[in-house]
Formats: sequence, C-alpha cells, structure tokens
Amino acid sequence: MSRLLEVNDLKVSFRTYGGEIQAVRGVSFYIDEGETLAIVGESGCGKSVTAQAVMGMVPVPHGKVKNGQILFGDRDITKLSKKKLQQIRGSEIGMIFQDPMTSLNPTMKIGTQIREGILKHQKLSKNEAKEKALELLRLVGISDVEKRYSQYPHEFSGGMRQRVVIAIALACDPKLIIADEPTTALDVTIQAQILDLLKDIQKKRNSSIILITHDLGVVAEVADRVAVMYAGVVVESGTVDEIFENPKHPYTLGLLKSVPNLDSPDKERLIPIDGSPPDLFAPPTGCPFAARCPFAMEVCVMHMPDKETFSDHHYAKCWLNDNRAIKVEEMITAGSEQLV
Amino acid sequence: MSENVLEIHDVKKHFNVGNKQVVKSVDGISFSIKKGETLGIVGESGSGKSTIGRTIVGLYEATAGKVVFEGKEISQLDRKEKREFNRKMQMIFQDPHASLNPRMRVGEIIAEGIDAYGLAKGKAKQERVFQLLERVGLHPDHATRFPHEFSGGQRQRIGIARALAVQPSFIVADEPISALDVSIQAQVVNLLEDLQKEEDLTYLFIAHDLAMVKHISDRIGVMYLGKMMELAESQTLFQEPLHPYTNALLSAIPVSAPKLRGTRERIVLGGDPPSPINPPSGCPFRTRCPSTMERCAVVMPEWKEVKKDHWVACHLY
Repeated sequence: MSRLLEVNDLKVSFRTYGGEIQAVRGVSFYIDEGETLAIVGESGCGKSVTAQAVMGMVPVPHGKVKNGQILFGDRDITKLSKKKLQQIRGSEIGMIFQDPMTSLNPTMKIGTQIREGILKHQKLSKNEAKEKALELLRLVGISDVEKRYSQYPHEFSGGMRQRVVIAIALACDPKLIIADEPTTALDVTIQAQILDLLKDIQKKRNSSIILITHDLGVVAEVADRVAVMYAGVVVESGTVDEIFENPKHPYTLGLLKSVPNLDSPDKERLIPIDGSPPDLFAPPTGCPFAARCPFAMEVCVMHMPDKETFSDHHYAKCWLNDNRAIKVEEMITAGSEQLV
Repeated sequence: MSENVLEIHDVKKHFNVGNKQVVKSVDGISFSIKKGETLGIVGESGSGKSTIGRTIVGLYEATAGKVVFEGKEISQLDRKEKREFNRKMQMIFQDPHASLNPRMRVGEIIAEGIDAYGLAKGKAKQERVFQLLERVGLHPDHATRFPHEFSGGQRQRIGIARALAVQPSFIVADEPISALDVSIQAQVVNLLEDLQKEEDLTYLFIAHDLAMVKHISDRIGVMYLGKMMELAESQTLFQEPLHPYTNALLSAIPVSAPKLRGTRERIVLGGDPPSPINPPSGCPFRTRCPSTMERCAVVMPEWKEVKKDHWVACHLY
C-alpha cells in the first residue's frame, strides 16, 4: 500500500473577539491507499477543522493554518494557490458532509448538482455527464434514476439525500473521500445502509476514506485505523483492534467505558469521564486531559507527554506509558479509581 | 412496583396539516407504566415517539383515547387537579440550548416552578435552589449565571434541576442525551439513574440510541409510523425480538468491538419509511417487511400479549 496523504504537525487557529482559539494544535497522521482512517473525538476537539484543512477549506479570514504540512502525493495542500486547490477538490478529494439537509442546493435539480462537478473537472459533453450522473445514482443505490435525476432535494428523504451527497463526492473518482459525520443525522437502519454503501464503494474503487465521527460503534464497524483526538491533539492512534482491545491513553479508555456495551449480558454502571474539555483560548501547557484524568500525576500538568510507540501503528501520548511512571494496575490496587 | 402510575388507552394524536391532509403521528397506542419503572420508547424519526411523550405530559391534547395518571383521566381533571398533575409530571427536553430561557439566570429558571407552586419562599427558596444545583452536580454559585455560560452537559443538568424543583413523581425525558458528547452522555445517564433511586421517580425515556435505551430501561416499546410494534422487558426485547421491524432495527446497531465485525447478521430494510401523511394500508411496516403477507395490507394486526409481558402487533404471531 502506498502513502496517499500525510499530515505533519498541523496547527490551525481562529481569530475571534475573545482572542485566538487554537483549534488544532499539532496534528500528524497519514492514510494509505484503500484504507479507512477514523478520526474520533468529541465536539470541539478539532476533528472537523482538521478535515477542513485537508480540503484547503479553513474559513478565511478568521481561520489560519499556522504550521505544518499536508502532503497529498507530492503536493503540499497548505501551499497551493486557490486555483490549484479547486482542481484537487472534487476531483481528487471528495467530501461528504454531516447534514444532508443543508449540503445540497435546494433550488437545483439533483442531476444538475451531480453533473456540476463532472463538467468542471472532466472533459465530457453534457450528455456524457448525464450518463455518468445516472450511473452514480445507480451506484449509490437509488432506484428509478431517470425520474430522480430531475427531482429537487426536498423530494428526497434524509437517507436518500445522503446518498446523493455521496454520489456528488464520488463523481470524479476521487482517491480520497473525507466523510465528516456522514451518518450522524440519520436513523440507525439508514446509517447501516450508508455504512455498507461506503464499504462497498471503497472495495470497488480502492479509495481511501477519512471518517470523522464521535460514534465508536461506527468506528468498530468500518475503520482500519483510528486516531483519537482531544483538545486539538491526537492523543492515541493505532489499528482499530489495538484501540479497542488495548487502549493506552486514559481518554480512549474513558470513551470506550462510557458507552453501554450491547453485547454484554449484564447491566453495568456506565463510567463517565468527569468534567469537560479544556478551554482552547488558553490550552493547558501539560497534557490537555490531565484535569479529567483519574490517573493524573504531577508531571502531566506541567509537560505535554511525548509519543510512546507500541507497534508499527500504535502510539499514545501519555505519561503513564513512560517507564518512570507507576503502573496503572498499582494505582488501582492503591484504590485511586475503579476505572478498569 | 406493581401499581400502574400511568395508563394510556388507544391514544391517538392527529395533526391537521392543511389541504385536508392529516398526519397520524400517534395512531392508537396503549401501554402502562408501573411506579418506579423506566419505560424506554425507541423509534426512528417520524415514528411519533416525541408526540406520545408530549401527549402524556399534556403539551398536546390527545385526539382520541385516554391518558390515565394515578387513576384519573387527565382530560377530565378540574383546574386544581390539573395543576397538581402538572407539578407531578415533568419533562426534560432534547436540546439544552433551546429549552432554557437565555435571558433568565439559572437560579431564576430553577426557582420558577417553586414560585408557581408556592413551595418555598425567601431564604428557604434560595436554599432549595442551591440544593438542587448541588444535587445535579453543579455549584451553588452557578445560580447567578446565564445559560450561555454553560456547556451542553451542564445545561442539561440545569434542565434536570428545573424538572426536579417541583418534586415530580413522573418524568418524561425526550432524547435527553442525544445532543451531548459521548463522555458527557454517561454523566447524565448516571445522574438520571441516581435520581430515580433517591427520589422514587418513574421515567418515560424516549430516544433513538438503542444501546442507551437498553441500558436505562426496564421495558422498551418500539414504535414505527405512529404505531407501537412491540413492547417487552429490555433483556427479552434484545434477546428474543419478535417483530420483524425490531429484528431489523437491532441488526442495524453497529457492533461494539471490531472483533465482532460481521457476527451480527444484518437485515437490510429496503427503502425508506413511508410518509406519515400517506401511510400504507394495514400494517405500516408491510412495505419494508421481509415477511409480509397478503393479510398485512388489509388489516392492522392486533396488539396482543404473545408471551407474558411481551406484546407485539404482527400477523406472524
């Protein structure tokens, strides 16, 4: 598998009346061809801003990429001109947004919206573009495509609209699809359909997917690798099995423990993560999770931990993994928390 | 635990949407809730789960049928009884951003009900507000702040404190956690569970997150297009679902760990739920049902108790 995208030490800030907010504070990750990377985190952790940066869509003039590289092939997205970016967007990177109700133009026919991207990026006649659009509609599982082609978004249900959004994202056979909470606005049965569709398309076209979500169930269902974000940093990253079976960061563990497990027969009390995420106007100098962490030590408050690697893919940023720290097991026996 | 606090009999709530069209949001639902119990209601958007909650609280007047609370039908209550009913029956709303008045201080929001019912005055009222704030995990100092100064989870706690202020016995929680982050959801669910034990509350918990509903509920009802499809104890419902819709719904839940991928046999439902303005004849689920029969198009199956405490509306049983 070859490397498709590599993000190095990305920092994005926004200027607001309250001061500068550091939404993304040094994020690095990569994605290979044909792979699904899930970026997981809660609201405000910077996951959507990271995706916007990859698309070169950080809102100007308030937002600014302060530092870092986004290497897509041999090009650095942060350094491209507006025109070059427009060539990449839609044709090489496709985007699926969260809300299918607002991401389509209500005054344009579905067909026209799908055709728009094709006409812009590919040298096709209008008729050829229409043929291609019809084919895409069939691919995403819409029946009666000829009729659907000339309907407006309000004539579609939420799940159907999301299929149209996916069709638009796929229009120019992008190598990378960024899906920002693609199923959050949908019902469970429709969510299952859309996830199946994404997996299916990925298999057929060998495209890579960056899936941004807060739903660990969705991650368990489709991801190959996971990056867990908290307060603008990736705190842990690894293959999906490593993250679920052997989490090395207390935040990851906390996330896993705070959702009820349907596959366990007993009713266990949920273990929430106390408190709330830090203020990103003045992010803490140490580990951002220290204030909520049941295992926090003095060093956590003072210094941001380095990356500790456990395997080819698996790393975490937590002082507990430093060989000088006392073991979590010992802390538990000492009675500090019953987290595990 | 045996006495029914709430019984609803064949309740219907229809909305007139103009053009002589009627949306049958809730179309003939019956169930009962015992004291101290949590009944979960699940269903997809448009299934009428919020409407049934609002009808029970009295925000909507039922088009037909009876809502009986503590032995009295709520449409027959006189003014005094109605006031008492409104005190005992409280609601927690979905969106913590829209359900608190942005111009009122948190203390005022919580004290509003206390004032309305004259439950406490002056210093005692102040004390009560502080106590409530502490009870839901906030600080007494927060009383002088405005809702915008709080995060979503904290706001939901304020909403819970407001509901508790008038010492209710029954709480309808309409998607109380779906607007919150995962780590915060667990905080609020634990709080609701603790309060239930301490204050001896009965809950009607409406949500679409099946895992959370299973976690919190004693029994679960599954709704589809205004009808109740199945009602059973939560363990039973998850282990031996009877209705084809329940089956499909459960099979659509994502697995809880990657190693279980592919172990759940997914029943894919064709198409989308039909429009509630123009629902199919007979059983509303028949257009997507994998085991539909001729009879399904003709009559809506009866709501019957197939096994003990396991109700279902399906011609298969």
